[in-house]
Amino acid sequence: MKWDTCDPSEQYLLHLGDDALILGHRLSEWCGHGPILEEDIALSNLALDLVGLARHYYQLAAKRIGSGMTEDRLAYWRGERDFKNHVMVEQPNGDFADTMARQFLFDAFHLLQLEAIEQSPDADLAAIARKALKETTYRAQHSSEWVVRMGDGTEESHSRISAALQRIWPFTDEFFLPAEVDRLAAERGLGPDVQSLREPWLELVREVLAKAQLSLPDMPQKLLRGKSGIHSESLGFLLSEMQGLPRAYPDAQW
Amino acid sequence: MVSADDLRKRLHLVPDPEVPALSVLDLGIVRGLRMMTDGCEVDLSPTYTGCPATEVIERDVREALEELVGKGNVRIKTVLDPPWTSDWISEEGLRKLESYGIAPPPKRSSDKRSLLGISTPLNCPRCKSSQTERISAFGSTACKALHRCLDCQEPFEAFKCI
Repeated sequence: MKWDTCDPSEQYLLHLGDDALILGHRLSEWCGHGPILEEDIALSNLALDLVGLARHYYQLAAKRIGSGMTEDRLAYWRGERDFKNHVMVEQPNGDFADTMARQFLFDAFHLLQLEAIEQSPDADLAAIARKALKETTYRAQHSSEWVVRMGDGTEESHSRISAALQRIWPFTDEFFLPAEVDRLAAERGLGPDVQSLREPWLELVREVLAKAQLSLPDMPQKLLRGKSGIHSESLGFLLSEMQGLPRAYPDAQW
Repeated sequence: MVSADDLRKRLHLVPDPEVPALSVLDLGIVRGLRMMTDGCEVDLSPTYTGCPATEVIERDVREALEELVGKGNVRIKTVLDPPWTSDWISEEGLRKLESYGIAPPPKRSSDKRSLLGISTPLNCPRCKSSQTERISAFGSTACKALHRCLDCQEPFEAFKCI
């Protein structure tokens, strides 16, 4: 099946859905491995939220693509190059500080992205964003609180979160570098001009880092093209696990 | 002849599968209920995006109403917009939650935008003390968080305010 023939609104839905699905899948890997019971439950809840959000996007995309397309086909039968998620969300979980640093930086971006999509003339897309915004705010508060708790905690927690932020920071530039999928969406008013989100994002991040006694990371940025389907090696491994069962047993029901 | 009122009465008996103290009407997710010549139409709003009960609720609503209008005559429409908020839980629903041992959500979902918001302590559903603290923002289901009462020492669940 060819995926590159999708129209811009379908492409954009897949981009948004892919971010939610891939990050949700990564977070689900924490299930049973959380540092404390409460946080184990929290991480699984975050995963569930994001996979649920991905379903909303994929269901709408499948309806628009038509000809029998389903959310499951979109999730399980596309290859690595067809995924349009940011390279950041496919990065391995690392330790708890790495996971929370990634979550916090993504949540802050996700909030601003959804606030813009809420204004989209595409009523179905705007409805998903309006719904997701409430839960994303809740998630962003959770990840912000952890950044503050670790940054403003012990020497050990401070150095862990500080190092984690340095490691994930080079992946943030991709948020604000428009790819084809962003440009086409912005032209149609479906989503924001991503460049315009950089300053408000930095403001959100600075506010929380200041409270956490952390400084803004200074690692040089990577030039990434996940939104155009060019991924890090991590995505292939993730997909082979996530898609293994439905591909081995295409008739499996659950 | 079945009326929309009969449908409503029947839905009062359909519980939320994860919080059975509440009916789907108490939850505030039934946004429309219409009798048509060839059956009935129901508008349902999903609660929390990741809630696995959403599909079970849809099935339960369908089965309950089919008892009145016949198999295959219930059409369910999912309405995302405006999004469901915990503010839509009925007064009766809030009371039922508390007596079930779950602290009801405060009615203030709309003023939650700040990243470092301070959560106001809830009243303990058992001893009613206001000396409580949040243990975790997430709980056993997508709709709940974990709290603890500092007076009676009992942990309790709270409905998340979104």
